[in-house]
Amino acid sequence: MLIKELTDLNGVSGNEKEVRDFIKDKINNFCDTIKIDSIGNIIAYKKGINSKFKVMLSAHMDEVGFIVSGHTDKGFLKFKPVGGIDDRILPGKRVLVGKKRLCGVIGSKPIHQQEKDEREKISKVKNLYIDIGAESKDEAEKLAPLGEFISFDSEFIEFGKNSIKAKALDDRVGCAVLIEALKNSFEFDLYACFTVQEEVGLRGAQVAAYNVMPDVALVIEGTTCADVPNVEPYEYSTIQGNGAALTIMDRTCICDKELVQFLHDVAVKNNIKVQYKQTTSGGNDSGQIQRTGTGVKTASISVPCRYIHSPVSVMSRSDYESVERLTIAALNQMSKNKDFLKSLSKLTSGKEQLTK
Amino acid sequence: MNIIKNLEYLSELIGVAGFEENAAEKVAELFKDYCDTVKVDKFFNVICLKKGYNKSAKKLMITAHIDEIGFLVNSIDEKGFLGITNVGGIDSKILLAQEVIIHGRQDIIGIIGATPPHLLKPEDVGKPIKIRDLRVDTGFEGVELKKVVSIGDTVSFKSKFSIMNDLKASGKSFDNRASVACLLEILRYLREVNHENDIILVASTQEETTVVGVTTASYAIRPDAAIVIDTSHGDIPDLSKDYSSTPGKGPEISIGPNLHPKMVTKFFELGRENGISFQKMVEAGDTGTEAWATQVSASGIPTALLSIPIRYMHTAVETVNIEDIKYTARLVAEFAKMNSEELVEVLCL
Repeated sequence: MLIKELTDLNGVSGNEKEVRDFIKDKINNFCDTIKIDSIGNIIAYKKGINSKFKVMLSAHMDEVGFIVSGHTDKGFLKFKPVGGIDDRILPGKRVLVGKKRLCGVIGSKPIHQQEKDEREKISKVKNLYIDIGAESKDEAEKLAPLGEFISFDSEFIEFGKNSIKAKALDDRVGCAVLIEALKNSFEFDLYACFTVQEEVGLRGAQVAAYNVMPDVALVIEGTTCADVPNVEPYEYSTIQGNGAALTIMDRTCICDKELVQFLHDVAVKNNIKVQYKQTTSGGNDSGQIQRTGTGVKTASISVPCRYIHSPVSVMSRSDYESVERLTIAALNQMSKNKDFLKSLSKLTSGKEQLTK
Repeated sequence: MNIIKNLEYLSELIGVAGFEENAAEKVAELFKDYCDTVKVDKFFNVICLKKGYNKSAKKLMITAHIDEIGFLVNSIDEKGFLGITNVGGIDSKILLAQEVIIHGRQDIIGIIGATPPHLLKPEDVGKPIKIRDLRVDTGFEGVELKKVVSIGDTVSFKSKFSIMNDLKASGKSFDNRASVACLLEILRYLREVNHENDIILVASTQEETTVVGVTTASYAIRPDAAIVIDTSHGDIPDLSKDYSSTPGKGPEISIGPNLHPKMVTKFFELGRENGISFQKMVEAGDTGTEAWATQVSASGIPTALLSIPIRYMHTAVETVNIEDIKYTARLVAEFAKMNSEELVEVLCL
């Protein structure tokens, strides 16, 4: 399964090569050109039947993880998080260090040896360390030099009725959708952008969108899903099993209203489960793409992921299918729907007039 | 017989304290080839007898517990989340984002999720979650889940046995399956040895909760001396030297009121004479092991304690240095080779 293959790869922000090489290989036969830009984005171009408009699809290849930042005298690694990771989940977790995927564990003081105040305290990441079985500083430095990237070690597992657990569902689900979308042909020029460094500030998308300068952009993501015990229903954000999640507003952008409505209509028309993301927390590449050049009509379609940014992100297979179906149906609809293209045309001509 | 393969096999057996039946059967199967008799008693202790050549000689008991920490299901909600309670001492702080296996009518996977940090109630910020507040995500709806899982079903850590930097391994329940692997290694060393005393190996149960396994086994066997093999804390940045030992430098031999002083001294001698690495650990009272119960079982049993240092005890990522299992096995085998006259001399205070 494509998502299994994608989530087994390690690609912490700034170190996406493994993911990039895999995807390049997968899409090679389905596009006209593949360009790797200066920061490491893949820009896959598929010429349309009528190249009047440019549609950009975007998904980020990178995942949250860690980077080696020091070595102790006894051979333990000190590390810093890359991207937003909740300190609370770290003690006692397994990691893979560097290209050789060395087995490492994030240590913690055994419960037997903790004083009462220690039992009540959460360790900050700066006080944690990784054990790779090295016995001296020298050995640790040799095995895992400064700057080596570290990923969560977590297998892709199918469980329950319809659930999938893996690391990096955010945003390999998006990568998978883009790979599938490229197998179709459309009226417009399609630019499938697999971006880098989303988790450290939407860095790759900024460069990719500038180079593509699209008319419309769809960002395909994994997003927060908090429909779990101890959370009030109004804070659920998204609900697992309720289908593709459309963002109205988040921390980085207010999505294009017309485009969001269009996506919703396409979903309803095609019997694809769809929901609106209820909370405005989080953000993704759409924030950066929207503000590119003279501005881009942007929306995002997301797979709800419980326990996102942890080694055990959980999604429903049916939600993923909804996102994939909605994305491709929307692209097909854009291809066919004259009104939609006309509204784009208005925007484009307006842009040209201003330039003149 | 490969020690790493044995450790992998043993550590992956499921035997939450009080529910060791299946693990006990598997362990008994492993011991069969090396012993004269093997039986599983009513507490699921596996008791193996390796007869000495002299019927009227002494009885030496060697124990290592086979149970592991885990959980029991104590609630099932409509959305398919389970509540759990711990069996044995478990730090709730290692449980967020932990994978578990729920042993219902069939085994199913569970994920212990974490509430996103921005949705924590203000009074919960900065505080570790309590085990009773954890919820296990099963991916099933409540109705379906209840067909598979019942209150009281056991839950164990899901882990992946991994080799770490060649000589080390990491996985679950090395406390105390590393010591069970050591029992097998001892039997391998003793295979060709014509020893005088009866050697009785006990793979005992319920150490993590009430120590009832070894207590009852001790009464049943009434040995002349006992050696308990367990795990201890390996050195990590947050532990001081007098509370931890260095993995790779041999077992901890404990010193203190819980242990028979002359047995302890004998172990030091055997280590030095045979060039087997060991470390010393001072325990002022309760060693927190089966040695505490064994010492006062029946009419009193002289007891020694050897502990294999492991790091991150009671987590799903316990780590051990394989050499330490070998050092421990060699030391115990040397002790077991003593004839009854030598043993009586050691036991005489």
